[in-house]
Amino acid sequence: MTGDQLKLRVAAIQDIAPTLRLVRFENADAGPLPPSATGAHLQVVLQAPDKQIRNAYSLISKPGSRDVYEIIVRRVPASRGGSAYIHEQLKTGDLLTTSWPGNLFAPQRSARKHIMIAGGIGITPFLSYVADFANKGIDYELHLCCREEEKDSFAPWLPEPDKVFMHWDADGHRLDIPALLLRQPANTHLYVCGPDFLTDDVLEAAEAGGWPDNHVHCERFGSALSGGEAFRAVLQRSGKQIEVGEHESLLEAIEREGVEVPCLCRGGACGVCLTSVLDGEPQHRDHYLSKTERASGKHIMPCVSRARGGGLLVLDL
Amino acid sequence: MTIAFKPDETYRGDYTYRNSDAAILRFPFPFPEDSYMYSVNIEPHVRGGFTPVYDNPIDVDEHYIAECRDKAITLERDPGRYAALPHMMTAQWDALEMLMECLSTDYPALFSLHKDGDHWTWINRPLGLEQSFTFGKEETLPCEPFEYITRQVQGDFALLDQRNGTLYLDAGMVTSQADWSLQFDVGMDFMEWHGPVPLAHQAGVFERALKFLLMLRQGQPMRRLNWTMTVNPRLDTSPETYPEWGPDRTQLTLDNIGRKLHLRVELQTLWRLPRSNAILFPLRCYLASLDELVRVPKWGRRLHRVLSTLPRELAEYKGMVRFLPTALEYLSAHDDGAPTRSGCAAEISTL
Repeated sequence: MTGDQLKLRVAAIQDIAPTLRLVRFENADAGPLPPSATGAHLQVVLQAPDKQIRNAYSLISKPGSRDVYEIIVRRVPASRGGSAYIHEQLKTGDLLTTSWPGNLFAPQRSARKHIMIAGGIGITPFLSYVADFANKGIDYELHLCCREEEKDSFAPWLPEPDKVFMHWDADGHRLDIPALLLRQPANTHLYVCGPDFLTDDVLEAAEAGGWPDNHVHCERFGSALSGGEAFRAVLQRSGKQIEVGEHESLLEAIEREGVEVPCLCRGGACGVCLTSVLDGEPQHRDHYLSKTERASGKHIMPCVSRARGGGLLVLDL
Repeated sequence: MTIAFKPDETYRGDYTYRNSDAAILRFPFPFPEDSYMYSVNIEPHVRGGFTPVYDNPIDVDEHYIAECRDKAITLERDPGRYAALPHMMTAQWDALEMLMECLSTDYPALFSLHKDGDHWTWINRPLGLEQSFTFGKEETLPCEPFEYITRQVQGDFALLDQRNGTLYLDAGMVTSQADWSLQFDVGMDFMEWHGPVPLAHQAGVFERALKFLLMLRQGQPMRRLNWTMTVNPRLDTSPETYPEWGPDRTQLTLDNIGRKLHLRVELQTLWRLPRSNAILFPLRCYLASLDELVRVPKWGRRLHRVLSTLPRELAEYKGMVRFLPTALEYLSAHDDGAPTRSGCAAEISTL
């Protein structure tokens, strides 16, 4: 029951919509997999021809599943490589290295009711929620905002269709967030996963509606944040100077040079990759450091943050 | 691996609990340096280390049968030593699975777990138990899953729920505690249940420890050692039974302290549980008398020096003020002033 890396084999690939691909993994080593969890993700290492890509994907398998893990990956036009690799190159039988399941988005077990709001592929963490809640008879509503043609794509993972509400961009079908929040009983917990504009709308509505902060939970899409102006970084202890390109994160550039940084979410939320800044000015994009910590400029989360104005960063690595 | 159990030894009444030579040598002695230091002494709970206690994630030793019997006596007298809040049922099943898998994998001669889908059969040979049940269905076990399995594992257990950026002590099986009460603490958050600990709050120890624990990962358990001293080899030193053991502190003399005073070491491990995202927190208690410990020359010297430098607040918190001078007098005879090597290891292989 201990370890940090898994060797998985691609057991099946299935396109469930024109841009949505389901990938099923099984254990390439002997024995059952570690139990998957409600809201958990898997960090997958993809070996593209020119570089190694590490992406975190929500596990949609039934919580506790130990025979297979499943993820759903959307094909995105501005892919940094992961989505394109999975849609174009990954084949059944391929072997991949992944992390053990990690969880930064677990439901609050003491809640009376759970409201989940998803934007598009942001539904994936909630597929394990609804499996768990349906199994235990827990009260919930899932609201999915998506393109009209995709509203049925996730039906196989939705055990209680009467608790799932579809919204799309047409008159009479848009989600009225403030009205939804207004009609919830006390001790309801609210979860949102989707693009930033949706997350921001939900967080604003919750704040305006007087929801306590600790009843509101979000998982942002981290990858969209990682690119930007190219810059240089000096890894002081390793004696290396690295170039961070426009389309890669500081963390990816560091890993490319063979320097190990402990990391977990790769989206600026967990705090594991916290690195000391010896010189230079960081441009913080994480959700972990406090305002004071940001202002001090002494630490950076290299998975999402970069150098301000393309300047030089000197790191204690 | 064969363990020679000592099923008849007792942790109350006539106190026949003793350690074999092998058990003394494997004792998880908690002091790496000659003076007392407070720190966040937390490390990955990986196999192996200075003591064979670390060879398996969940340690079973010669006291297993006697300790499980003592736990059953304590629970019979006071069922409130077990408590679980309703939202912890998923965590209860996580804990049962984790403990059954660890025991059956590492001690196959003692424990077996057979799974046929959700239909599981558990066999505990030392305690003579066999139980078939359906994983996830409480009604198929004789009691709640967390109580069922923790009655069969040495040590205390807490389940910590993670929410609001902190941890809540929302379930526990606590029969061998160093003077804290589950009934009092259940439902408290991390800062509340650590409230009585002196000095560490000012040092920021708990803020750092909490931040660290919130990021604990499945598959990567952590461990630390904690310690106090107990008169007589008694597991149940709870506030609820204080009248039974508190007065023992007045009975110590230079003649009997070596036999009666025990170093009580807690091996605390922390495990992220998968389905519930809760933390399983086993607190395993190891007891060794001063007479037993000084048979390892380094430990005799070290214990004398550490207790000599213990801050007054800590001696008070650990309830040691009354007998500390006597203990130091006893131990001074086992400290020749020779230098010791850093680290906790016994550095000898026979007594």
